[in-house]
Amino acid sequence: MELIFKKLAQISASLLFVILAATTIVLYLSAKPAIQEFGAGFLFESRWGVEETKNVSEVVPNQELVVDGEDADDFMEDEDDFIDDEDFVTDDDTESETNDSEIIYGALVPIIGTIFSTLIAMLFSIPIAMGIAVFLSEIASATLAKPISIAIELLASIPSIIYGMWGLFYFGPFIADIFGGNTVSLLVAGLVLGVMVIPFMAALSRDAIGTVPDMLKESAYAMGATKLEVIKDVVFPYAKSGIIGSIILSFGRALGETMAVAFVIGGVYQFVGKVTDPTNSIPVVLANSFAESSGLSLSVLFYLALVLFVMSFMVIVVAKHYLLRRK
Amino acid sequence: MKNMMDVQDLTFTYSGAPAPSLQNISLPVEKNKVTALIGPSGCGKSTLLRAMNRIHDLYPGHQYDGVINLLDSDKKGYTDILTLKSEAEMIRLRQRVGMIFQKPTPFPMTIFENIAYGLRLSGVKKRAALQDVVEQSLHDAALWNEVKDRLNDDARGLSGGQQQRLCIARAIALKPEVILFDEPTSALDPISTLAIEEMISELREKYSICIVTHNMQQAARISDYTGFMYLGEMIEYGQTDNIFMKPSKKQTEDYISGRFG
Repeated sequence: MELIFKKLAQISASLLFVILAATTIVLYLSAKPAIQEFGAGFLFESRWGVEETKNVSEVVPNQELVVDGEDADDFMEDEDDFIDDEDFVTDDDTESETNDSEIIYGALVPIIGTIFSTLIAMLFSIPIAMGIAVFLSEIASATLAKPISIAIELLASIPSIIYGMWGLFYFGPFIADIFGGNTVSLLVAGLVLGVMVIPFMAALSRDAIGTVPDMLKESAYAMGATKLEVIKDVVFPYAKSGIIGSIILSFGRALGETMAVAFVIGGVYQFVGKVTDPTNSIPVVLANSFAESSGLSLSVLFYLALVLFVMSFMVIVVAKHYLLRRK
Repeated sequence: MKNMMDVQDLTFTYSGAPAPSLQNISLPVEKNKVTALIGPSGCGKSTLLRAMNRIHDLYPGHQYDGVINLLDSDKKGYTDILTLKSEAEMIRLRQRVGMIFQKPTPFPMTIFENIAYGLRLSGVKKRAALQDVVEQSLHDAALWNEVKDRLNDDARGLSGGQQQRLCIARAIALKPEVILFDEPTSALDPISTLAIEEMISELREKYSICIVTHNMQQAARISDYTGFMYLGEMIEYGQTDNIFMKPSKKQTEDYISGRFG
């Protein structure tokens, strides 16, 4: 019995590595044609699905077809335009092999969009989530903390698509009223992501802060510290690794978030001049394009997925090494 | 005036509790003496100690009745610490009445910063002044030789006994008048315990000490006065020798001879 239990636990643990390896291999193999075709230049190329003839005459970037939408309805139309576009491009893809032209794919726009929407989300959510966590664990009375904790856990369990819909129909126009620009934009995407990860981050940070022993806090008070000083000098440093862990997990969640962002980022291959411009992010590209992709264009999507995979992986590794090691 | 602190007729009720946990307690803490509180678990000795620097007040709703007098800094009179209200007064009180807990509680910072922390809180900024106090406090806590080469290491890397001495050094860096020890050796091995006990005997030259202990031998070894508590009441208080040799109350005798508790 003892042995079976041990073996079972062992198998569960090794399954983890199998899954990790399998995912990586499948991603890599499927992405291989695209990697061979575009190489590392893929990461720095900003055009996506643009036909380029060998004797370059004039490249019409397809994003120009997309008109800036001022409200949600306009945007929906734009989205349709955009999808038609994509269809046209992929149809063209198979024909073009006989021609002297090729289709250029580049990941720069979604990469930048992903990074910046996540950064905006983090800038927005970290201070608020920390405030909530500190309030719940150190300041609020038990009668107040309990309902708020339940609310936070409810919020954290809301499916992301609901945040996306809320962002598109209510939050986007609200932000556009304040900052100007479009109802779908990098800023709106970042803020919706931020709102989405706040309860998650706050709940985890609250738990981390909850591990600080009462006696440790009491001994700081016994030295004549005020509440702020205890929180700043004792609670946060003590709970540091847990809090950083909660930030990393939230960062990973924001980085890979698809549905909430798909609603509000705009889905256009266009660099942002200002934060209120629409752009694109990797998961959104993947979700929007798989249905109408095949051959090389499908492989390109796998390449893009591999990029996202490596990005998430690097975030975790870097964060673990540089933030948690200093103890 | 040789009483540093004087608890008079204190009744204390925890928030929401139906009955008081301390009833009509009186206890003097004499100047430059060690006063020990003994009694079985749950008798209220820690509760009494925690009333003496009002650390109870970190949690709302507790009820005090009675008087806890603390000798004023100018030694001319007493102030009832139960009348203190503002946060500034509380901070001042806790700087004058230091506290050591059951388990070592090093702050998540370096050894140096741990000791300097209280001074920094009270506004001392000069590095040289801090350095002097840190060195002196570590000497007084018999820790200097062990840590002088690694003052900038994290304090949590020290052993349990060293951590507890660090906490004592941290408390005496503030030059308190009274130090309260709440079972300071209950988490330590016998050798570390002995080191702490020796230190407490030396600290009495400069400070007035009140110590809660589970260990009757410890009380007998280090204290000048002993109070025996049972079920929230002070059963007997007197010179340690008298309490242990010829207790006047039956309950005290039963407890000391190991018949209960």
